[in-house]
Amino acid sequence: MVEGHFGRTTRIRAMSEEQRTKDFLSRIDAKETIEPKEWMPERYREQLVRMMSQHAHSEIVGMLPEGNWITRAPSLRRKIALIAKVQDEAGHGHYIYSAVETLGVSREEVYRKLLDGSAKYSHIFNYPTTSWADIGMIGWLVDGAAIINQTMLARCSYGPYARAMLRICKEENFHKKQGMEIVSRLCRGTAAQKAMAQESFDRWWWPTLMMFGLPDEKSKNTAELMQFGIKLRSNDELRQRFIDMNVKQAQEFGLTIPDPDLYFDEDSGHWQIGPIPWEEFFEVLKGNGPCNRERLDAKIRAHEEGRWVREAASAFAEKRAKRRAKQ
Amino acid sequence: MPDTDREKETPLWEVFVQEAGAEAHQHAGSIHATDAELALQNARDVFARRETIKSIWVVPSHAITSSQPEDEPALFDAASDKIYRHPQFYKTEKASDND
Ligand SMILES: [Fe+2]
Ligand SMILES: [Fe+2]
Repeated sequence: MVEGHFGRTTRIRAMSEEQRTKDFLSRIDAKETIEPKEWMPERYREQLVRMMSQHAHSEIVGMLPEGNWITRAPSLRRKIALIAKVQDEAGHGHYIYSAVETLGVSREEVYRKLLDGSAKYSHIFNYPTTSWADIGMIGWLVDGAAIINQTMLARCSYGPYARAMLRICKEENFHKKQGMEIVSRLCRGTAAQKAMAQESFDRWWWPTLMMFGLPDEKSKNTAELMQFGIKLRSNDELRQRFIDMNVKQAQEFGLTIPDPDLYFDEDSGHWQIGPIPWEEFFEVLKGNGPCNRERLDAKIRAHEEGRWVREAASAFAEKRAKRRAKQ
Repeated sequence: MPDTDREKETPLWEVFVQEAGAEAHQHAGSIHATDAELALQNARDVFARRETIKSIWVVPSHAITSSQPEDEPALFDAASDKIYRHPQFYKTEKASDND
């Protein structure tokens, strides 16, 4: 019976893991919130670490294209808004890094993966900001897309992530509004200003539609993320919401949407777009976007140049602790 | 990225903020800092940049003792069988508005 006994223990253990996963999934279905110390399937933890790290890195790398225009903002009003927005994005990165650490990974480890290129961040930040109008487009479209995604994530199953999203959502509306104000002014400005806005819109429209990820049938993570209650809506659903909202907005601005196939489908009540140029998306993800190298180099340089500050802070803390111990 | 980069992990601190008008401090998240003074400064920059905050606490994360999920049923049993803990358990002559 030795063999049988062994076999049975293994099966019981396997079943209990299976049972635990079943119980976990029924908690997800009941819309319960999962907290850090609670049991979770390893896949759930892995998916969260991957997704939250990418999200945090996107906030951090996302400061670069906008930071590029701080010194050249056309007025003091625009400059203080842009500085405040870029500072908020740093804060967003910190909220999410703090949340990902609750899953038992250290911040240093997570950040190292950004710097060594093994972790991803949103492909959108690998595009350059070549005109002032780009700052308007980023606020309106890129933050607009982020708001749609983050409003959903604020109801996700993992407590620390959901709470970080709530904090972020409170700040995003200002980001979008300041961008829309820039676009609106340019569109009501001189012919040169209008042309600048249109040229910028032409470059950002398609890449922002790609921010929602691959079409549902091609996305390898969506089904699992939805089963885990991390995502509550599919990529295509979110993308459609963005399109319906912004086709109208673009028309109000007087901008032409760079999509000859775009039409309003009476039956579904939705705007239908032409084919998304996914080859471009894959190229950018592979590292061949216009700014991939530049973005990573900037983060590595900042990390190196900040090293002495971290070392000095540690040395100072040690010295002070020793002095206090003596007293 | 040089692989000599094996920096010490800076200590982790839990941040609690009290919003103006709110009654108690609430957990906001965590930050890293080498000492308490810097922790307070970093907590301010990350969690009190926008809102009207009255006060911030920072606590070394390792100093917190927490209940474990498996203890919870025993620890947090609502004791609903102890009806004498509720005012409805007690009778007075008049079914008055104090009931
Ligand atoms: Fe953000
Ligand atoms: Fe933003």
